[in-house]
This record gives sequence, structure tokens and C-alpha cells, in this order.
Amino acid sequence: MNAHSNVTVTRAEVEDFLFHEAALLDEWKLDEWEALLADDATYFVPPNDVLDGGHGDTLFIISDDRERLRQRIIRIKDPNCHAEYPHSRTCRLITNVRILGVEGDLVTVAANFVCYRYRRHQREFAFVGSYRNILRKSGSSFLIKERRVFLHAHELGKLGSVSFVL
Amino acid sequence: MGENTNSAGGRAAQGRFVIEDLDKGMFLLNREALVSQDVLHTEVRKIFSKCWIYVGHSSELKNPGDFHTRKVAGRPVIFARDAKGQVRCFFNTCRHRGALVCTERKGNRRRFNCVYHGWIYNNDGALARVPGDEAYTDAFDQSAYGLRTPAKFEQYKDFWFLNLDANAPSLIDYLGKATEYLDLVVDQSPSGTMEVISGTQEYDVQANWKLMVENSVDDYHLPSTHSTWLNYMANSGVKVEPPKDAALVLPTKGLAIDLGNGHFTTDNVNFRGRPVAAWIPIYGESAKPEMAEIRKEIVERCGPERARRICDTNRNLVIFPNLVLNDGSSVTIRTFYPDGAGKMQVTAWALGTKEESEAARARRLDAFLTFYGPGGFATPDDVEALELVQQGLANWEDDQWSEMSRGMGREHEQLNSDEHHLRTFWRQWNKLMTGADNAPQAEAAE
Repeated sequence: MNAHSNVTVTRAEVEDFLFHEAALLDEWKLDEWEALLADDATYFVPPNDVLDGGHGDTLFIISDDRERLRQRIIRIKDPNCHAEYPHSRTCRLITNVRILGVEGDLVTVAANFVCYRYRRHQREFAFVGSYRNILRKSGSSFLIKERRVFLHAHELGKLGSVSFVL
Repeated sequence: MGENTNSAGGRAAQGRFVIEDLDKGMFLLNREALVSQDVLHTEVRKIFSKCWIYVGHSSELKNPGDFHTRKVAGRPVIFARDAKGQVRCFFNTCRHRGALVCTERKGNRRRFNCVYHGWIYNNDGALARVPGDEAYTDAFDQSAYGLRTPAKFEQYKDFWFLNLDANAPSLIDYLGKATEYLDLVVDQSPSGTMEVISGTQEYDVQANWKLMVENSVDDYHLPSTHSTWLNYMANSGVKVEPPKDAALVLPTKGLAIDLGNGHFTTDNVNFRGRPVAAWIPIYGESAKPEMAEIRKEIVERCGPERARRICDTNRNLVIFPNLVLNDGSSVTIRTFYPDGAGKMQVTAWALGTKEESEAARARRLDAFLTFYGPGGFATPDDVEALELVQQGLANWEDDQWSEMSRGMGREHEQLNSDEHHLRTFWRQWNKLMTGADNAPQAEAAE
């Protein structure tokens, strides 16, 4: 692709991709989800009180590079990851999808989400927030270059841990 | 609650909450202590209203007028630096009718305004303005209505604590031998100046607060609770070999040390890397020269033996009752407070040296997340374990006693994987709760 030309992308294409990867996460198909990560993928969950902070000078909840993401997935799949075994059941509702910008093959996409997480004994957690994903156009679909998750609660509070992939 | 008896020449004691017998190697805790709302009410009176409770760190208030609002010992407070630079702590409640006078999480203010009737306080707490003050009689003394403060508010090396009891000993006397371990943290900095880093982790755990005390220093649980973290370390090139000494559960040796007044710490030979100056592959090759420089400065300033302790040991320190400093994969300040018998609210910060470079700061924060916090590779499993305990404790009336005797037979040093430090906590807790001062003394001297 010419470096000066931006890819053409529709919201429907982006939504298809976001719904697909959400389904993979909800279905615990973590290997298939990992295949959607770019080689330079990053995953950030900034702290609730400094949503606009940078991970180099602010204590995040999650700040993963590609290798840490690989290790995170190894960990979550392990039955000895007690926080996620037996696996949480999750249900992600993704909405308000907007394409914020296209630069070359990179598409910046905002979306709102509610992710319900259920553990046994009626332990129910509703994670409410927004995504800012940077997707890289790859053939007829996308790869995730950056996932940034803004949790809207003032503190993590009763949500407890972010032991699964948001 | 006062029915504690002592027998066997002071080597055994039996009370409502704790039964112990040194000769039989027995230490039992009544699980009622972890589930009862009545016990919690007593704790609020006899522990949280009597002990020194951590409020915040001087570095959070860099400039005059800076403030943070938070809950300390269950009380909403304002932690502030006044116009003259003095660090202060106020109860966040209007002297008029009680509303919070500051609703922002943090900021910089000359004045705190109550939104209800408009009473205004200076940032030194003085009541500055009462709207319509002509309606009051001459007997109304405005100067008597400054924001109330805790009975005591003192600091040790920038760590500020409050005490709700005017008769409490000074903070320095209360901390006692624990100051040695606070000093080991502070001495990472060339100027002895640590700072709290931006970003707060605030999360609830559906478990009794005392389970977090135990968990913070209990190294016995690492191989079982944190095998995925140990795998991650090994996957990342950190040497994680099973211990050669059968008494150990971790690759290196660690001790548990009673610091008096209910404070205690682990003191472990490091294997997990320390962002201050003990490199592991996770930090990357490029970090090596700078980390060598940092170590060199510490050796020159503190001498080789103290530098070894600062750089090559990791320590989880508990300041009774509810402050933990984990100086391990990074430095965390962690405090927690009960919200009911079966729930606690945890607040955690990262602590770094004032002088560290951008690269060193980023490395410290990254190392933090390898283990600690709600998205770390270990803390979520701790939280799960504590919540499983609390769920299991619904059986407390049918299975009443928790077993905590590990290491009681050791005559000399207590290991980090023993339960000596847990017993230290529970003895102090029992003493404050029941007045029992009859715990067997022999082990404490070990």
C-alpha cells in the first residue's frame, strides 16, 4: 500500500470485527483472539482516577506489550489462574461505534461497552466503559494494534479484579 | 470477651478467639473473628480508634493548597497542605450541619466551601465565612468552628498517620522497630525522598480485612496460589528453581520477623528481581547500565552490607493494623478498611524515588504490574483465595477453628513460609480486643 493513501473503511466493517473479537473473548477462544493481535499490539487499562495518564509515569491497572499479552493469555488459560477458574462467564455489549480517524492502514475506533462478568454464587460484575482501539487493516479484516480500555466508574470498587481480557 | 486463661507455666493460653499451646505446637483461631459483625464493631472501637492509621504521603501534596479527599479509618478526611506549607488532616464534615465540605478527589484550593449553606473554610481548617452572620448572637464564636482534626496526626519520613485516641503513644514509639524496615524502603532514594506515583488502585475484596493482613506476609501460599506467576517468571528467563533446602517453599530463603506492637515483616533473599537495582530479563538488556549505576550509588552511600539489604532483599511489611508496604517486584503502599465483616475496600499506590529517570520510573511501574494490582499476574489470585476463604467461612459454626501452627516447632529463626508472623498479628489483635496479655512468650523471643 502507498504510505500516503488511507485505507477505505466503513463502520459496518469495523463493527463486524469488534463483534467477532468480543464473541471470541466471551467464548474463551483465546488462541483465536490472540491471532487477531498485531505483532506490536499493546493493551492498556489506565487507573480509574487518571484515565488520560501515560503508562510510563502513571500506575495503570494493565499495561501490556505484545509479549506480556502472550503471557497474560498463557496465564488465563491455566486452570491455576484461580481468579478465572472455573472460567468467568462474560457477555459483552458493544455499541456507539465511531471511526475517529484513518491514517494509512491504521483506523482509530471508539466504542462503548458493557461487559457483564459472572462467577458462581451469584457474583455478578458489570464493567462499563469505552474502548479506543487502533486497528490495522489486514486483507479484508483487521488486526488489533492497540486496545485502550477506559473504565467509567470512579474507582474499580466492587468490580474487584480485571483478571480476564476486557 | 475477657475470659482468657493461661496455663502450663505460661506456655499455653486459651481464650474466646485464640487457643495456643507451645508444647503441643497448637495455634487455633476462632473463625468467628472473621465473620462476626459484633467483632467488627468492637474492632472499630478497640483497634481502629486506638491505633495509628495511615493517611497519606507528603509527596501527594507538592504545593501549598494541594489536597486529597479519602476515607481513613472509615472517616472521610481531607489530607491537605495549607497556604503556609503545613500538612494537615481534617474530618471532611461541615461544623454547621455535617455535609462534606470537599467533594473533589484531589486538587488545589485556598478554601473549602460547603454547598449546603455556604460555610467556607480556609485550607488551614479555620472557618473563614458564615453567610448572614448578623443573624447569630454575640455568643457565636466563629473561631471555635474550624474543621475538626483527628486527635493526633504525625509523620515518619513523609508517611502520615492519624490517631483518633488523644492518649495514644507517639507515632515513633508506636512504629518502634518497624522504622528499620521503612528506612530500607526510603533508602532507595539518594536523598531519602520517595514519592507516590500518579494512579490509584481502589478495589473491593469480598473478605474480612484481616485476611488481607495474613495474605500480605504469608509466603507459604506462593507456590499454590501463584503458580501462574512463577511460570511467567520462568518463561521470562528468571531463575525459578525448586529450593534445595526441604524446609523452604520458595527458591530463596526468607525470614519472618516480629517487630513488636503487632508489626511484622518478611525479609527474603531476592530471586524475583527488584526495579531498584536487581536486574532480571523482564527489565530488558538496555536497563542494565542504569541499574548498575543506581546500585553503585547505593553502595557508596550506604555501604555494601546495607546496600545488599536495600537491593537484594524483598520485604512485605505490615504496620498494625492495616498498612502494608510490599517492597518486592516494586514498592506498593496498600491499605484497607472493612466495609462489613465480609468485605474490605483496598487502596494501593506505587512508590518510587524522587530522583529516578523516566526510564527507571517506567521500569518500576511495569515491574509493579507483573505481580501486583487488579490486573497483575498475582494479586487477582490472592483476591480469589481470600474470597474463597470468606465463602468457606459460612461453615464457621460447624467448623470453628482455623489452624495456624506452621513453624511453631522451630526453636531459632522463623521462615517467611511459616505462620509465626500471622500468629504475631493475631496475638496483638487478641490483646487489643479482649485485654488478654497472656500469650505464651517463648515464641515471641525466638
